[in-house]
Amino acid sequence: MSRDVKGTYRAQSRREEDVKGTYKAQSAAAGAARDTSAETPSARKRRGPTTRMVPVPSQSIVPERDADKNPILECRHLGIDFGGLRAVDDFNLMIGRTEIAGLIGPNGAGKTTVFNLLTKVYAPTRGTILLDGVDTAGMDTPKVSQAGIARTFQNIRLFDSLSVEDNVRIGLHNQIPCGMWSGMLRLPRHWVSEKEFHDKALELLDVFGMAGNADDIAGSLPYGAQRRLEIVRALATDPKLLLLDEPAAGMNPSETAELMDNIVRIRDTFDIAVLLIEHDMDLVMGICEGIAVLNFGKIIAKGTPAEIQSNPQVIEAYLGKQE
Amino acid sequence: MGKLKNLNAATRSNLITYGMVIVLFVVMQSLAAAKAISSSTAGLLVPITAYICLAISLNLVVGISGELSLGHAGFMSVGAFTGVIVASMLAEAIPVGWARLLVSMLVGGVFAGLAGFLVGVPVMRLHGDYLAIVTLAFGEIIKNLLNNLYAGFDGSGLHLSMTNAQALGMDGGKIVINGPQGAVGITKLSNFAMGFLLVLFTLFVVLNLVNSRTGRAIMAVRDNRIAAESVGINTTKYRLIAFVVSAALAGMAGALYAQNFSSIVPKKFDFNTSILILVFVVLGGMGNIRGGIIAAIVLTILPEKLRFIGDFRMLMYAIVLIAVMLVTNNRTIQSKIADLRERLRRRGDDQAALAVDAEGGVVDE
Repeated sequence: MSRDVKGTYRAQSRREEDVKGTYKAQSAAAGAARDTSAETPSARKRRGPTTRMVPVPSQSIVPERDADKNPILECRHLGIDFGGLRAVDDFNLMIGRTEIAGLIGPNGAGKTTVFNLLTKVYAPTRGTILLDGVDTAGMDTPKVSQAGIARTFQNIRLFDSLSVEDNVRIGLHNQIPCGMWSGMLRLPRHWVSEKEFHDKALELLDVFGMAGNADDIAGSLPYGAQRRLEIVRALATDPKLLLLDEPAAGMNPSETAELMDNIVRIRDTFDIAVLLIEHDMDLVMGICEGIAVLNFGKIIAKGTPAEIQSNPQVIEAYLGKQE
Repeated sequence: MGKLKNLNAATRSNLITYGMVIVLFVVMQSLAAAKAISSSTAGLLVPITAYICLAISLNLVVGISGELSLGHAGFMSVGAFTGVIVASMLAEAIPVGWARLLVSMLVGGVFAGLAGFLVGVPVMRLHGDYLAIVTLAFGEIIKNLLNNLYAGFDGSGLHLSMTNAQALGMDGGKIVINGPQGAVGITKLSNFAMGFLLVLFTLFVVLNLVNSRTGRAIMAVRDNRIAAESVGINTTKYRLIAFVVSAALAGMAGALYAQNFSSIVPKKFDFNTSILILVFVVLGGMGNIRGGIIAAIVLTILPEKLRFIGDFRMLMYAIVLIAVMLVTNNRTIQSKIADLRERLRRRGDDQAALAVDAEGGVVDE
């Protein structure tokens, strides 16, 4: 099935075909240099004379304003198998420094699995993840967070029994140092850091106008507020890339509209990149700059919202083939 | 009072806990001084303070860190026997009783913390029920090791053996720990005041730890491990911190406990003792430090006070346990209690309002 899609997809657009060709040559060169065994045999055959390569694989797209900078995230041939199931395969993606990118696809396409790969909840079977040019191989989830990837969860995962402020303070954990002994014996360092924790937490909560709820228990907040708090907590880790897993799930149209404004505002204020998974097409088409469509663990299309909306592969993946 | 209300909830709750402990100490101490309590109850005072410390320290693992540990008595026994050895070796160096007890408690705490670390490193790979089972096993292992431990000291220093008293190769000197017979001929150094100070110290450490950056990380791991990892918290490290601190505090309590008796056997620190401490924690409410203190007091005194009904007292003990569990988990009863509390609070507010009105009236006139 996926092979089929790929075939038609290749024949579809000449431009894409060309792009694919150059990309494969580049990946082969990279393979030779890194001596990885993950390359496919066909890529090996295409190993040609050394060409001078640009750091941006031409297959990926980034916003024009970010083109001359290092991409914040680059996935190369990322893949994971669960037993015999190839959940994600040959996932290539590049995200610009200040891009709002979308990852869409039908249910079960592997979108959340991609997030779990990026944050190392799962160890990738194949491929490379470069975060701001740094290979994240060998890092575990806390290390990846410290390196600059923050995320929210599809099913909300707050620290339910703690207060809203404490949730954000825990997000700030690695930003403000204070050792165990300082806290246990109430050394001056503790009081200085607690003040800093308090001020920063309220400042962050204010981004979503939640400073007034600081003392509420996180688990008692309404659903929409819990989703917002998750974003605040993620922002507290001072990320370079924010991963949002269905941020608009369960929200009504007016809440979604507010969320869209907020996401753009967060990007502008914190100067970070955002990658979001979403089923709400108004949100995706409304704020995402580049969109990747995933189906059966493979990317079937990448492009701007306008390109994606008119792409027959995407329409087929979502609505089925027209007889 | 007004000032108390302005403090944040956690600080206020902590102050109430400290206050409760201090008041209880003053009351019991003056009662004991006035010989108003029976000698059997007076004899329970030091064990109660030790149990309170154990309940508070276990609460750090069970309530705050959210891991079920069934080997707490093991760490208590490490502290107890280390403390006894240290105290008897320092008998001449530090003639002052309370200072010797203090040093023995500190050393006992350090060794128990070390044992906690050694046990914790493999155990922290596990979660939930598996962790509980393995801590139970480690508790039994520690007990059996101590059951075979012979220790004594003479002019040339400390001798340890795992075979028998002869293998110590003692040249005169004194045998402190004699295998299954345990520690014999302990100098009774513990008293109620030292117990009270240890309770305060334990409270200070645990409450401060909970309300700090480290404590928040520990609670984050409890509430949601995956989310905690996603914000960059090393979950194993913080679970281990809770476990080791808890073990060290249990060791200090063990040293206090052991030196309240003239002899103590390793068998005392078996699975039943671990469960007893766990019952204090669960009955007081997991994570509820104050509740654990009250449970430790009530459940230590209750069996003594019920001695007049003979064998039925353990039955009563069980009934109290079941009743508390039922009441705290019954929504109807809970809402009735909440109602009552609300009504009392409103009445208090009304009276306050009346008082304000009255004052206002006076000013107007």
